[in-house]
Amino acid sequence: MAKELLKGNIAFAEAAIRAGCETYFGYPITPQTELLEHMSKRMLELGRVFLQAESEVAAVNMVYGAACAGAKVMTSSSSPGISLMQEGFSYMAGSNVPAVVIDVMRGGPGLGNIQPSQGDYNQVTKSAGHGDFHPIVLAPSTVQEAIDLTTLAFDLADKYRTLVFVVADGAIGQMMEPAELPEMRPLPEKRPPWALTGAKGRKHNTISSLYLNADALEKFNLDLQAKLALIKNSEVRYETAYLDDAEIVVVGFGTAARVAQTAVKRLRDEGLPVGLFRPISLWPFPEKQLAALAKRTPAIRAFLVVEMNAGQMLHDVREVVGTQIPVRFKGRMGGIVPLPEEVEEEIRLTFEALDSSSLHKEASNGRVAR
Amino acid sequence: MAVLPADERIIDLVADESRNEKVVYQRPAALSDTYTHYCPGCTHGIAHRLVAEVIDEMGLREDTILVASVGCSVFAYNYFELDACEAAHGRAPAMATGIKRSNPNNIVFTYQGDGDMASIGMGEIIHAAARGEHFTTIFINNAVYGMTGGQMAPTSLPGQVTTSSPFGRDLALCGAPIKMAELLANLDGTAYSVRRSLHDARHIIQAKKAIRTAFEAQVQGLGFSIVELLSTCPTNWGMTASESMEWVKNSMIPVYPLGDYKVAPELATRR
Repeated sequence: MAKELLKGNIAFAEAAIRAGCETYFGYPITPQTELLEHMSKRMLELGRVFLQAESEVAAVNMVYGAACAGAKVMTSSSSPGISLMQEGFSYMAGSNVPAVVIDVMRGGPGLGNIQPSQGDYNQVTKSAGHGDFHPIVLAPSTVQEAIDLTTLAFDLADKYRTLVFVVADGAIGQMMEPAELPEMRPLPEKRPPWALTGAKGRKHNTISSLYLNADALEKFNLDLQAKLALIKNSEVRYETAYLDDAEIVVVGFGTAARVAQTAVKRLRDEGLPVGLFRPISLWPFPEKQLAALAKRTPAIRAFLVVEMNAGQMLHDVREVVGTQIPVRFKGRMGGIVPLPEEVEEEIRLTFEALDSSSLHKEASNGRVAR
Repeated sequence: MAVLPADERIIDLVADESRNEKVVYQRPAALSDTYTHYCPGCTHGIAHRLVAEVIDEMGLREDTILVASVGCSVFAYNYFELDACEAAHGRAPAMATGIKRSNPNNIVFTYQGDGDMASIGMGEIIHAAARGEHFTTIFINNAVYGMTGGQMAPTSLPGQVTTSSPFGRDLALCGAPIKMAELLANLDGTAYSVRRSLHDARHIIQAKKAIRTAFEAQVQGLGFSIVELLSTCPTNWGMTASESMEWVKNSMIPVYPLGDYKVAPELATRR
């Protein structure tokens, strides 16, 4: 299909519809509301299910119900709404049902504001609800990628019977870019065999996250961890640029990575050896790939993590890279998107610090310059 | 709460077909052949059986999906031979909404207690009823949180002593009991909202008729339907089974009058 000028939130919605989303439940919240509005029109036009719930708590439990019924289902929200939905995410993880969640992140904590942020990194990758589970988390940095990853999200949700999040910040939700939508997929003709459809000619199906027996619950958890390990091995996604001979590698995702890419390209044009590593799957985080890069590339002298938060992915990068190579951080909060110039400046400062060798001293002491 | 595996049986019934006996009473097909964990004198067993009988009689067993809730009936999915799921505390109406909207040809019901529905799940039940969701709710009101050990519920009676109202429910502190059947009857999306009691045989028969009408409201696509059932909790009330039946009759019914609070005209002939 031809490219068209699409707003991120509309692209998410339309991509979900074309990927076969049969049911959508949501609650209005800025900066993702256009997504819900698009669904309210298109889903009904197509004879599919759209329902504006009375709260995010209700929305996520409607999603849970639809998932149990075997329907391809999605919800969308923004940071405070995602916090409210955590109960449902945990129950869904505890019952192995698939669903897709779009989180268009905004500034926090609390009501925060409605400007772009990446403050949900920890929430979605590490603590999407009580208990031991991780959703798959995908982070687009363009409107085109928002479309592609939303399509992928439905496939991965079904493949692993798991929650898949696509997390964008308000910038990606709100901006318009030329992008190409895929063709409309046909909807599945029947429900999966585990779904609740009425026990017609078969033993009844039960979907529950309750295991009062400790051994049974541990067994469930071991099986869940095995599934997560499989996902960890198979579903890592990332992108690199300008890594040849790079001495400083900037690590960032989403809009922050896009800003960083501009900075890296400019400095490359000046002849500075800078590269970019962009995790696309935030969970599973590309640990092995980043570790291998750090280990096998002697030219690399430092990493610079750029985020629109106080340094959340930073911890994952540090854990992988270890203390031998310094890891610096540049972050903006409050809904501020860093400028390429700020990132450039930080890269230059990192070079200066490396040359004065103060960074390496700090790194070998186990501390890292901020 | 003692829980028994679903495959454990109390009695193995000996069926001797050669005697050519006429079956006058048997376990409904919609009810599992298993122990329940309910206490002696608790009316959950009666409510389960009534629902199962109605599902059998209406020929709906293979179409029905149960949404169990959190409370003493948390394991209801083990006691019904139905497709079933277990909702988070209070969220059964939202989950039932998701199921029914996805699979509109199924019959869906929630089975909820007073803490689950009238307290933590008040938002979900009100909005499901207001939207006229096409599912049925069986609401067990025993005026106490059973599973957690007898704390005050939104439906506890004025002055009722519970483990969290040791001096009796003080209306000035905690407000007055919430009357769900009346409350939900006020919403336009509700097709059927009635209150019945399970304290004696006559009332049990009336309760079954109401459950059947509620499911018929759903089959006919009339809107949301609910049957509130006044129930016993002898363990947490500190009573014998028979004392607790008397307490329903003498103490609960005056606060929670039995009756039909909303009956859609299409259902009126069934009354």
